[in-house]
This record gives sequence, structure tokens and C-alpha cells, in this order.
Amino acid sequence: MSEIGFTPNEMMTIAASRALRNDDVCFVGIGAPSAACNVARLTHAPDITLIYESGTIGTAPNVLPLSIGDGELCETAVTTVAVPEMFRYWLQGGRISIGFLGAAQLDKFGNINTTVIGDYFHPKTRLPGGGGAPEIATSSKEIYITMAQTKRGMVEKIDFFTSFGHGEGGDHRHRLGIDTSGPTLLITDLAIWKPDPVTKEFTVVSLHPGVSRQQVQDSCGWVVKFAEALDETPAPSELELWTLRDLQARTKAAHEGTGKGKAA
Amino acid sequence: MVKFLPLRQAVAENLNDGDSVAFEGFTHLIPTAAAHEAIRQGFRDLTLIRMTPDLIYDQMIGMGMAKKIIFSYVGNPGVGLLRRARDSIENGFPRSIEVEEHSHAGMANAYEAGAAGLPCAVFRGYRGAGLATVNPNIKSVTCPFTGEVLAAVPSIRPDVTFIHAQKADKKGNVLVEGIIGIQKEAVLAAKRAVVTVEEVVDNFDDLHPNLTVLPRWTIAAISVVPGGSHPSYAHGYYARDNAAYLEWDEIAADREKFRAWMQANVIEKSADDFAARVEHLRKAA
Repeated sequence: MSEIGFTPNEMMTIAASRALRNDDVCFVGIGAPSAACNVARLTHAPDITLIYESGTIGTAPNVLPLSIGDGELCETAVTTVAVPEMFRYWLQGGRISIGFLGAAQLDKFGNINTTVIGDYFHPKTRLPGGGGAPEIATSSKEIYITMAQTKRGMVEKIDFFTSFGHGEGGDHRHRLGIDTSGPTLLITDLAIWKPDPVTKEFTVVSLHPGVSRQQVQDSCGWVVKFAEALDETPAPSELELWTLRDLQARTKAAHEGTGKGKAA
Repeated sequence: MVKFLPLRQAVAENLNDGDSVAFEGFTHLIPTAAAHEAIRQGFRDLTLIRMTPDLIYDQMIGMGMAKKIIFSYVGNPGVGLLRRARDSIENGFPRSIEVEEHSHAGMANAYEAGAAGLPCAVFRGYRGAGLATVNPNIKSVTCPFTGEVLAAVPSIRPDVTFIHAQKADKKGNVLVEGIIGIQKEAVLAAKRAVVTVEEVVDNFDDLHPNLTVLPRWTIAAISVVPGGSHPSYAHGYYARDNAAYLEWDEIAADREKFRAWMQANVIEKSADDFAARVEHLRKAA
């Protein structure tokens, strides 16, 4: 807890929520993206369309789902479609404005690894894999990424290309026939990053309150580039903090209660 | 034509050693009771197909039943890793398994192609993705009209598919609702399908006309197993047991603990034990 009354993780979630607009159609990854998307919905973007890969379109959960297919998502959705329809009509069909992903390993061009640590065929650690991410990364109009900074997580070279960001940078997406924008925003617990317009390397554009350049560099595995005009991220408002904490408290109670709390 | 059978018999009549088998249900309606029955009957050398292997395939892999796994997300949803599957992939324990890994879009398209009687699925996918370089079943085709290069994967045609559903009518038609996932496609893609249901009702006369109903002639056998999806859930019947998913992480982390849990909760139990497991998860009326 910092002395101004919020944690770096709270700052991360709230900064990520601010990036979402009321008219966005957002394909939501589980974990940090899910919290950010729902804080946006509960504050400045009440009409945002949140879509989870279980086929729930326009969902408004009262508690954060543990999985992408919790009953809460279906019960509060505008409609629920089959998984092939989700991926074919809605994602591949170009209906998603923002794909919001987390990452186990990330490089400076926004390429994500959630598949293996080590060699694919003889992995040191077998991670869950991509799920919907490989196509979310290429079919959504833009990709936002959110993760807490660590040297293990933000690396010079990822072990596996689970989902493609800007590849080797520059026009690599275009060369592969990918016509969507790819990663346009990275929100960490320390800073807000945007890709350089030409090289596509993530560059810090805003430091969260009280964070130094050195802290950002110390928890990142590549040499960090900073924008010339560096902003300071506005601290969370009372409403934002209250909304996030309330959501997390409800979620904790529901998940620990083996569903007992939900039945009431 | 569909038969109503006790689960033990439905599994014995439809699953064989060496089969390719899908136990589907996308987070919702996972056919846990059917998977546990397959574990009790000790099938070997199965090719397990499932988008999200979940706890049931962690258990089947941990019991050494799988020779191959085809999947798109080998995690414990919202919790982390599947530790028995990891032990098999990383250390070959209790046996090594062949891995065929796809994305969700790849699997969903492949099931749909299977249901459609096509040899392969074509879609816009895997661009820049590492899976395309490690899975030889991910190839590409060029659109003959536009020249666009698209991904192609073989269709999925399981020998047998197991699903869990809310209800059957007395004739054996089956209703699935809520998060319907990939179940319809998985049933229609398979040579045989077995369905466990929460209950049997007289008829479906009052249902909305566009609900997902699998006609009885698409199904080989139905078994009535209330609670048969636990710790997954059945929309309208009981909630997901998120605490059980959290607990599984600890159980599966240790080989001995896992065996003891399987002995006490699967081997020495039957399909009849599922109803009691969801009592506290049923919604207040």
C-alpha cells in the first residue's frame, strides 16, 4: 500500500478501465482484464459490451467470474451463443473493437506467451496455452494488454509465440496479412505504455503516481524507452477505488462460499 | 435409437479402449459423472478431445488412461495449471502422452466441420502464432476467389462424445441451455453420443421453439444423473463449485494425494453420489 491509499495493482486495474469507452465491444480475458472491464462498466462506461469466449455477449456480472464460463455471465448477458458462432461470426466477423488480454510472458513488441516456459516439446513449465488468444490477437481491431511488471514476465525474448503482437516490430503484422492494429496499449502496475508509431516498440508514456523511471526499468527485462513528454497517470478517484474494492469483496465472498452465498 | 440406460451400462456399451472420445461442455455442463464412470471402468489408450481439458482430463491423464490429448486450453479455468496433465507432459508420469494443441477457434471450427461432414475446417486463424509451427495438423489453404491465405485444420470426428444436459423428454430428445458451448457440434460430429441429464420430463411441448434440442435419433444412450456435472454446473439447477476448482489445485499438485483422492472420490463411488455433491449449490427457488 502506498501512502496515498491505493496499491499498484489497484492503479493498474483502474488505469486499464479508463482506456475503455462506452461504445466499445470488448472481448474479455480472464483475470486482470476482467476486473478492469467490469470497473469500466460500473463507472464511466455503463453501456460497454463485454464478451467472454464462452459465448456470453453483453454480460454484466455482479461478481467477477472465476472462469470464462461462470453462470453469472450467461444469466446477465444480452444473449449467449455457441462457441463456434462466438469465434466465427463475432470475432472473425470483425465485430470486436478491443481484445483485452493478460500475459505470462510479454516482449517489447506486445507478443504474448502463455504456452510454455522452455522448449515446446520438452517444456520446463507447461502453461495453459492460448485458448482464444491467438485469434483474439489478430481479429480484434485493437489489443490492450495488462499485467504486473516482473523481470520474469517482461522479457527480451519470449519462449513461444502464443499470440502475435507486432512480431519483430515495424510492419511485421502487415507482412503476415494481418490487417488489424494489434497491441495499442499496455497497462502495468507502474506505467502506461504505447507502441512507437514506426518501430512498434512499447514506450512508456505515463508513470503512475509516485513511480520512478528506475522502478519501471528494474522490473522489466528489456531496456525501457520513455516518451519525451512523460505524463503522470491521475491517481484513482474515490469512486473508482470504491467500485473496484466493492467488486473484489463481492467476488471473494462468492468464490469462497462454494456457491452458498450465490444461492441467496 | 436412443436407449435410457444406467450410466455404467451406457459407458460400457459405447466406449472402448483406444477410442477417440470427446467429453465436452465449455466450463458449463461438463460431463464429470460420465468421465468418472470411464475411470472406474479403466479404459486405456484413449485419445481425449476437449477444448478445455479441465479437471476431468487432469484426472483421466493422471490415471494413465490417455495416449493422446487434443485441446486448446490446458488450464484450471481462473485458478491456474492442470498439474496431472503437466506431470504427464513435462515428466512422462504416469505415462507420456502425445499432444495436439490448437486454439479455441481452431477446435470450434474443427468440431463444426465434423458435424457438417467436412474433412477440414477453414478459417482466418493462427497468423503469426507459434502453434502453426509445432502442430503439423495446422496447415493453410488459399481462397480460390480472393487469394487470401486461410488456416485449415482436420475436422474432429470422435468415435464417441459424452455430454451432460439439463433434461430429456420421455422419448429421449435432449435440451441444452445456458452456455451451450460446443455440445451440439460435438454430438453431431461423433459416431456415437451418450448424454447424462439432470432429469426426465414428460414432454417439451412448452419450450421456446428455438432452444437447443438434440433429437433422440442423434443420441445412442441417455443416463439420468442428477448433479452429474459437479464441480461444473447446470444452468437452472445448481451453481459452479468454484471452491472445488480452487481445492483441486492442491489435490493435483501431489501424486500421492491425487491417487488417494481418486480412490476415495471416484473409484469407491458411483454415479448415484453426484446428487448429494450439489445440494448446497442448488439455487433457492
